[in-house]
Amino acid sequence: MQFMLLFSRQGKLRLQKWYVPLSDKEKKKITRELVQTVLARKPKMCSFLEWRDLKIVYKRYASLYFCCAIEDQDNELITLEIIHRYVELLDKYFGSVCELDIIFNFEKAYFILDEFLLGGEAQETSKKNVLKAIEQADLLQEVSTEVYYHHCKATAIGVHHRVFGLSL
Amino acid sequence: MSDVVEKTLTALPALFDSQTGAAKITNRLRQLIKSITELTSKHEEENLIKQELSAMKEQVSSPNTTMKQMREIMVRAMYCEMLGYDASFTYIHAIKLAQQGGVLEKREEENLIKQELSAMKEQVSSPNTTMKQMREIMVRAMYCEMLGYDASFTYIHAIKLAQQGGVLEKRVGTFTPHFHSSPYITSITHAQEIIRRKAVLALYKFYLIAPNQVQHIHAKFRKALCDKDPGVMTSSLHIYLQLIRESPDSYKDLTGSFVTILKQVVGGKLPLDFNYHSVPAPWLQIQLLRILSLLGKEDQSTSELMYEVLDESLRRAEMNHNITYAILYECVKAVYTIHPKAELLEKAARCIGNFVLSPKINLKYLGLKALTYVVQHDAKLALQHQMTIIECLDHSDFTIKRETLELLFRITNAQNVTVIVEKMLDFLRSCNDEHTIIHLVGKVAELAEKFAPDNSWFIQTMNDVFSIGGDLLQQDVPNNFLRLLAEGSESKEEDDQLRLYAVDSYLTVLKGHTSHLPQCFLQVMSWVLGEYAHLQESVDQREVIRLLTQLLDQRSVSSETRVWILSALTKISEGQTDLILDLAESLSSSQDTVLRQQAQELRHLSQESQLHEWALPRGAPWDGIEVDSSLSFLDGFVSEALAAGAAPYKPPHQRQEELCEDRALNLEPYGFSLPVSLSSCSITDRQSPTLLSVSSGLSGNSTELSQKAGCLILEGVKRVWGKDGYLPQKKRSTPPVDEPSAAVQPPGQQEAAERIEPRPDPLTQNQDKQQLASSLFVGLGVGSAMSLLGKSEAPPPRFRKKPHPHESSSSSSSGTSERSSDSSSRSSRNTTNSFLYGSLLEKEPATSISAFDHTPKSTTANGLAQNKDTKEDRRANTSQILGGDMVIVRPSTIQDKHPPSVSSDLTALLPADLKDLPHSDVISLTSDPSLSLSSCRLFRDEALLLVIFISNCTETVIKDVAVQLTCEELKTVSLRGNVVDCLEARSTSVCHYALLMDDPHTNVSFTGTVSYQTQPGHTNTLPFSGTLSTADFIRPLVVTTEEYGKLWLSLSHDVKQNLKLLTDAGDPLRTTLNSLKDALQLHVVDIIGSEGIVACRLLSGAPCLLHCRVNGTALAMWLRSPHPALPDCILYHCQRALAHH
Repeated sequence: MQFMLLFSRQGKLRLQKWYVPLSDKEKKKITRELVQTVLARKPKMCSFLEWRDLKIVYKRYASLYFCCAIEDQDNELITLEIIHRYVELLDKYFGSVCELDIIFNFEKAYFILDEFLLGGEAQETSKKNVLKAIEQADLLQEVSTEVYYHHCKATAIGVHHRVFGLSL
Repeated sequence: MSDVVEKTLTALPALFDSQTGAAKITNRLRQLIKSITELTSKHEEENLIKQELSAMKEQVSSPNTTMKQMREIMVRAMYCEMLGYDASFTYIHAIKLAQQGGVLEKREEENLIKQELSAMKEQVSSPNTTMKQMREIMVRAMYCEMLGYDASFTYIHAIKLAQQGGVLEKRVGTFTPHFHSSPYITSITHAQEIIRRKAVLALYKFYLIAPNQVQHIHAKFRKALCDKDPGVMTSSLHIYLQLIRESPDSYKDLTGSFVTILKQVVGGKLPLDFNYHSVPAPWLQIQLLRILSLLGKEDQSTSELMYEVLDESLRRAEMNHNITYAILYECVKAVYTIHPKAELLEKAARCIGNFVLSPKINLKYLGLKALTYVVQHDAKLALQHQMTIIECLDHSDFTIKRETLELLFRITNAQNVTVIVEKMLDFLRSCNDEHTIIHLVGKVAELAEKFAPDNSWFIQTMNDVFSIGGDLLQQDVPNNFLRLLAEGSESKEEDDQLRLYAVDSYLTVLKGHTSHLPQCFLQVMSWVLGEYAHLQESVDQREVIRLLTQLLDQRSVSSETRVWILSALTKISEGQTDLILDLAESLSSSQDTVLRQQAQELRHLSQESQLHEWALPRGAPWDGIEVDSSLSFLDGFVSEALAAGAAPYKPPHQRQEELCEDRALNLEPYGFSLPVSLSSCSITDRQSPTLLSVSSGLSGNSTELSQKAGCLILEGVKRVWGKDGYLPQKKRSTPPVDEPSAAVQPPGQQEAAERIEPRPDPLTQNQDKQQLASSLFVGLGVGSAMSLLGKSEAPPPRFRKKPHPHESSSSSSSGTSERSSDSSSRSSRNTTNSFLYGSLLEKEPATSISAFDHTPKSTTANGLAQNKDTKEDRRANTSQILGGDMVIVRPSTIQDKHPPSVSSDLTALLPADLKDLPHSDVISLTSDPSLSLSSCRLFRDEALLLVIFISNCTETVIKDVAVQLTCEELKTVSLRGNVVDCLEARSTSVCHYALLMDDPHTNVSFTGTVSYQTQPGHTNTLPFSGTLSTADFIRPLVVTTEEYGKLWLSLSHDVKQNLKLLTDAGDPLRTTLNSLKDALQLHVVDIIGSEGIVACRLLSGAPCLLHCRVNGTALAMWLRSPHPALPDCILYHCQRALAHH
């Protein structure tokens, strides 16, 4: 897979993940062009689209379009299932996911995507395992934020304040 | 993941009493921290750190620094790094330290690192961290990792970053020399499967970006394939798919394993975790099916292995869900790719039917795609689905339509070509996507050339192609068309008819509106009119000239097209002096210099008819034109100019390179003293003009163009390059294309009308469809099997006309064929590579290649020595998880038998062809009561031969002696005699490894084992190890002083160091260099005064040049090499050699 885009029916980009190195300008151009093309398609049309030398696989869930770009020799149906599994994962994590969830918790959406897809290939297809990993990451984040404050107070070397101050 | 959390939690308490951490920080560091905290401005801090860093740099490179000091430096370096300064030079030393072990117990370091790690952990999980920060964190994490700490929590982020590209390349670049220590590789053996999985996928990306960099870890890939976690195995399949795509032959031995795995998966043996909507591991299945189809392609015996499992997959995938269809689709493709089996084909065909007839549009699309793939093998399949195809042709969805046309393209033959081409042109007229147009127009042109029924249709279709495709067309479409017209067939009469028809049709087009015509079409027309207008006697030449001149006046015509038009006018100007002179007059004041020049030529030629006759002979045979592509007629001029002191011509890329070097040039001692030799200049001179004129030949212009000055030629070339620059712009300015010909009715409108119409009569409509079907699928039926066979097996000539050998290659215009040729060239390069190694290094190519084919490990591209452990591992592991029977491929044995010799001089045992090579002393490696091993190094030009003598010390026969040698840093290119079935009493067997060193290491150690049986069923193993130094891999590089000078300038990495000078003799420099030469196999190029130049190379690879100058009592050594690490290594060995002296 070369990239994945999520955008709303109004054409607002909600999530993007690129698995090929492209310049920001190029990314913007592609996004604009694709959003236009996909939104112009009618609901009954097929989910595949030949675009440039790539194949676009897209699917609409409620108000969101999930759109993946794959190479010519890739399997379109399995890509459709990748999208579906991702939606299932989001749904399970957020509990009947809606567009707002993704807008406000975009980093979670990214985390889930990263647990599921790696370098554009499905690496973990089990729903259970992905969600377990995310929960652990959540836990880790909570603990480390707590620790972080303690640490700031306790540390005696002034320099540490400076170092960590940068990351605040 | 859970144990990461645990570890962190246990490490945390240590952070709270950071007093301990602070108390134990070393003095120097405390000083540093103190002085930093006392500073007031950022600027001061920067200066201080800079000083600190440079002091550290000095210390680390000095040989006197003790371990303890080094450790201390590392801590300080880390501190600087934490403050955000670049202390990357210490990484390598850190690794060295880490490898020596023991260091890590130091508590202060541990504390620091733990702090560092926890800080990183916070940063990475904070959403505010920017990309740049993240990158920096990764470097730090990698560093901690190198010190042996568990920073595995960063892998995920590292990989995330890596996916986003950019960084990855950088990482590969930075860490190439230390790639072994890269966390990814170590983490392949990590305890947690999720980490292993990620590591494998990261390696896959590495492989995609820089395949050469991961060559040495192909063995690790195998390990991943045999991992006990199916997830890791799945990830490794990505790599294998890629590897097999490039060279399927090298992995045939794995077919059995893949089949077994697939069987297990289909049989539902995997844990339920891998199910997706109750289908077992669909991703894995699809991956495997793809691999199998690649392996079984055109290989009957391999295909036979997989028939059963394919059948099973087809049978199992019954459920009505997208995912099963996805698997079915791959299955069908596999069935049609591998060696055919009738029964399977039948089933697959039924599956395709299910797809095509499905009401779901996505499945229908896939069905069409499968059909497109399948009709190449069996065109009759399309017949069964003709009505569906017709329906799809009128489908409202663009994607479906396009796929259908793709299908039709595959089943085109001479009988249905007109209908199909018409359909395609209809589609094109309503299409406005650039890529689709380029793609399809190329196909139409291809079909027209292949199957055109008659001249008028052909010209008409090509007119459509040019006017629709316009300037988006790939350059070779017009080129091929013009070549076809020009070269013609055997029958002159027919050719002339075609040309005549073209002239007629173009005149008609030109008489109409011309402002909307694409430039490309105008160029084609002007060329044809210029060459062949005289054939049409009924038309006045003045009329033609008038039409062409009219074009010149149009604003929309580009200057390039003007050049085409003018050269056409030049050709037909004969006898029309009055018209031409006017024209030349008006153009001679043009802004465009090229046009002005042409106008001049035009004037001269029209005035001198004799010259015109000579320069532009009418109706001359096309192949009579000779182009001197090397521009040899200019040689005299060039050498005269050079003699007069002109600078030699340099092609642009060389100029660029030299520009980069210019900065370093000021320091060069050789820069000015070396005269550039004339002969080499004229060689470089030639390169670029050749390229230019070759492409000018392609542009198919007249003799005059190729004879006259290069600017015209450049004009033709520029077009190709300038394409993306301004063509899109032009496209926008072009108004919607009108149909230029009246002969073809506008079916686009008609079709639209049909769609809008309510269609009251379904019967007639059906009849229409039937009719269309019969016209589309004519020639596919059983009755006309002839044409069918002709298409699928022996492709008919690409051109309707006499085919020229080079045409077929150049006419592949479609994107897909380009891509495939691309990949095939890549794979062929790959095979050449391995072949090169095989034949070049082994003196007995036949045997060595057979060894390559049969030994499983040697078949991986890098040809590492077979490691039996891994293989057994693999066998055990796979069968453990999958419980299946793996096909075990035993390495075929090649032996060197030698008559038992009593001589104690083992070197006498060397094979005859190796005896003459220079060799080292024989050293004993290891021994036990029954076997003794000794080794000897033989220095061959392109490789180091490590010869191992295996001597039987007992009075009994020893059986099944097998030597395994592993060395991470070296590449084994060939091995012989490592397996001996039977070693007679008191005899010695010889086995030798040809080793290559790609990346220099100062010393490399190899380890190995010998296994043997003294009694049947009782295997003993005897481990051994040894070291090799870079010196073993260095060969003299024989160059002249001039060559040395030139080479010196082209090398980028340099190192300078003062060495000890041997002062005990009369001529210290000469003595020193000679002793170095003896110790290291260097070549002393020249010694002038107090300077000496020496050259060597790493086997037949990277050269290293040494420049030595006597500097008081020291020898200032300056080394240069294209390889970053090579100078360091050589310097090290020089130091040692001199110290030993």
